[in-house]
Amino acid sequence: MVDRAYRAAPPGALRIEALGDLTAIFDRRSMQTHLVVSPIPEILGAMGDEACNAALLAARLAATFELDSEAEAQPILADRLTELAAMGLVERA
Amino acid sequence: MRHSVRIAVGPVQFRIGSDWAEPVAALRHLYAGYPQDETRSADATVRLFAARPWRRWLRPSVHIGGDFIVPDALPLPLSMGLLAAEMGMNLQVALGWRRHMLLHASAVAKDGRALIMSGESGSGKSTLAALLGEGDWRLMGDEFTLIDPAAGDAIAFPRAVSLKNDAIAEVASRVDAARLGPLLSGTPKGDIRHLIPRADAIAAMQEPARPALLLFPRFGGELAVEPMGEGEAFVRLTEASTNYVALGEAGFAALTRLVRETPAFGISYPDSEAGMALVEQLWAEAAR
Repeated sequence: MVDRAYRAAPPGALRIEALGDLTAIFDRRSMQTHLVVSPIPEILGAMGDEACNAALLAARLAATFELDSEAEAQPILADRLTELAAMGLVERA
Repeated sequence: MRHSVRIAVGPVQFRIGSDWAEPVAALRHLYAGYPQDETRSADATVRLFAARPWRRWLRPSVHIGGDFIVPDALPLPLSMGLLAAEMGMNLQVALGWRRHMLLHASAVAKDGRALIMSGESGSGKSTLAALLGEGDWRLMGDEFTLIDPAAGDAIAFPRAVSLKNDAIAEVASRVDAARLGPLLSGTPKGDIRHLIPRADAIAAMQEPARPALLLFPRFGGELAVEPMGEGEAFVRLTEASTNYVALGEAGFAALTRLVRETPAFGISYPDSEAGMALVEQLWAEAAR
């Protein structure tokens, strides 16, 4: 499976507010509100400014959080990136 | 329009026009104690019109119109003219208002702080608000509560309370009959009778109140209290807001602030007495 690279939304495009177990994200470009749960906020936080694929994301998240296995996390992260792209919160690099 | 009346409810100035005298006369009675300002321009216009000119006489039937028109707003018989006016007023506010975030919720206030109750029709939010408003609470509204996006305050919308079915007898036994409108039986929502809010609630309708407690009531079942997280309260209030999407980021900011700063609970209760006692208990804890 190709590990596609994605880019985070430009600075200022998203307003992210943690509300207990949920995180509310307001996208200023689409005016849409997205409600997400962990690990989506963590993924968005780990993306940085550069193009980022699931392998790079797994490595970054492993540095901050306890991941059982980076290799196992990678396909899950690839799925989440696809979903985030469908929501318009990240875009293909 | 042959007949018309201007009514100010909270921050909204309505102009209601009608092809018939009856609904306007009924509104004049219900809203006689509200402030009148003939010079202020209308924020929302409601028109009750006959479908065809001759229908005004032949088989009177009221259509609802105004700045916004819902295509499936059914014509109602003339005896329901007051209900049609109320539906039209709700519609214009729900669809057209942009200055505040509009929540489908009742509210009462004490000492400048607001208790907001959100729930669907039948949850008991209107009845609880009406009953509390007859005690030492100020009724802010039985159907809509507005939130000021900048300050975060609750703004009152104390229209005439729409009592339905069993709530009619429950409230009627506690108030002066002069404060009740005509009984409208057999409406699409069952029996309806309007209650004029207390004079002090109308006099204070421009005074904002700080949200202090959010409740999501459910009438029926055993007495129960469930603390609600910020996320769930946020989701429920987006569903309860008629203009959340239209307000954009201002709505998002207002709602995140409201759920962060205000403790929230889901409650269920078997009857109004138990519901009111539970509300007072939660309020005493929240006000500490």
